[in-house]
Amino acid sequence: MQAIADWFQRLYETTGLNFSVFYDAYDWDRYFSGLKMTLLLSVTTILLSLIIGAVGALLQGSPSILLRLPVNAFVVVFRNTPPLVQLFFFYFGLGTMLPAVETAGMRVPLLNNVQWAIISLSLFAAAFNVEIFRSGIEAVPRTTLEAAEALGYTRLKAYIHIVLPLAIRVCLPALNNNLVNLLKTTTLAYAIAVPETLYAVKQIWSESQNVFEMMVLLLATYGILVGILVWLMHRWEQAMRIPGYAR
Amino acid sequence: MNDAERGHRLAVLLPYRLAPPRMTVRISPPSAAILCFCAIMAASTAWAQSGPAMLSPLQVILKWSPLLLWGFGFNILISLLSMVLGTIAGVGLGLALLSEFRPLAAASWLITQFFRNAPWLVLLFFVMFLVPFQVTLFKTTIPLPDWIKATVGFALPVMANVAEVVRGAVRSIPSTQWEAAESLSFTPRQTMWLIMLPQCIKRMLPPWMNVYALVTMSTVLASIVGVSEMLTLTAQVHAAEGGRPELFAPLYGFALLCFFLYCYPINLWTARLERRYRVR
Repeated sequence: MQAIADWFQRLYETTGLNFSVFYDAYDWDRYFSGLKMTLLLSVTTILLSLIIGAVGALLQGSPSILLRLPVNAFVVVFRNTPPLVQLFFFYFGLGTMLPAVETAGMRVPLLNNVQWAIISLSLFAAAFNVEIFRSGIEAVPRTTLEAAEALGYTRLKAYIHIVLPLAIRVCLPALNNNLVNLLKTTTLAYAIAVPETLYAVKQIWSESQNVFEMMVLLLATYGILVGILVWLMHRWEQAMRIPGYAR
Repeated sequence: MNDAERGHRLAVLLPYRLAPPRMTVRISPPSAAILCFCAIMAASTAWAQSGPAMLSPLQVILKWSPLLLWGFGFNILISLLSMVLGTIAGVGLGLALLSEFRPLAAASWLITQFFRNAPWLVLLFFVMFLVPFQVTLFKTTIPLPDWIKATVGFALPVMANVAEVVRGAVRSIPSTQWEAAESLSFTPRQTMWLIMLPQCIKRMLPPWMNVYALVTMSTVLASIVGVSEMLTLTAQVHAAEGGRPELFAPLYGFALLCFFLYCYPINLWTARLERRYRVR
């Protein structure tokens, strides 16, 4: 570790390229906690959006219009409005309406900015996931569902055990795209002061005066994160592949 | 699907061709607008326990709507400009992706991947902070206001996305067409410009419009870097009205409504074109 720090220190002294995060412990801590926050945001929003998406797709296929209509409205509204405005609407609009709670003598909002960011971003991505899952479910042949019915599966059980596993395999490429998009969208949390990578890096560059170097680091960070996610999704796709099927 | 079904009568799971995620028209645009409007109304009335001196949220919106809509127009302007810039650059990049000359194709692939995978906000910061606020060309100083820089910042991801769209469209044309063109002794350049691209325009239109809807929704990011577009103005209006917390939801709801009314028809139209131009 010391060697890396020394190398970057020397790089700064010889070329003026100031990658302060790699030799300054304070900057490194901020960067690292930002990275952790980005990871927390990404993982929770991905999981939540997948769950909401799956539930939404189930409701969307239900025979009752009372269940279908809200899901469709949700999808249509969240797909056609800017995620940043959604975030502001949730955090400022709804956040100020919720009652505050008393903890340790201080009145704090019921949900803090990190939680609102998670809620808002998950809902945004879930709206896309609903559509993606739906297209996957539509690709499952009717006959398969009929066979499940004949075997006495209820609608819910058939959905969980038969339709969803097949649908997920079908829609993985599209899902992959959307999740990468979601990872990139987590930067929006910057706007409501969630200390994620962009926020941390901006703090560092405004103190250390190294905008260019931090920009490069920032782009590299997101490049690597997206790379890891894509790699994981490909692994998953490989693992879920139905032998002898698909191209 | 029917042909496939006949061919694979015994298949457990039919070979699929995943349609690109498309909007399904299940809510008509007017009723969607009514839905939105009602939601905002509900939000405004539920929290309008203000005294006679204070304006109700609806009145505030009405009072400031010219300014807010002007800001929205600015958003549209930015989106249109960056779309034009990005499309011109993107078509060039897309053609470079398809180039026979390997290093050029590899370099443009790298550029495309880079700009596609970087978050929009980060690219915006990149342009905002690293492009000077004025450039001196031949002793004339050209000022670069923030919104121009933001436009360029949005044009970069548009470029990469359009490049992918162009590449995908050209690739989707059967290879026999290339062979036919070759046998008619068209040069590669003529083949591209006279045969491939005219056919591609139809196929490129729906995804291109998708990209446009994406850009329009991203223009609000410019408020984070200090361009005074709709979202910035919304915050200012909120402050001007005394910063009452119950005004947040109606004001941001109004912004949501504006974007919805602009983007939803585009999406519906895209879906319609997609169905009409469905490739096989």
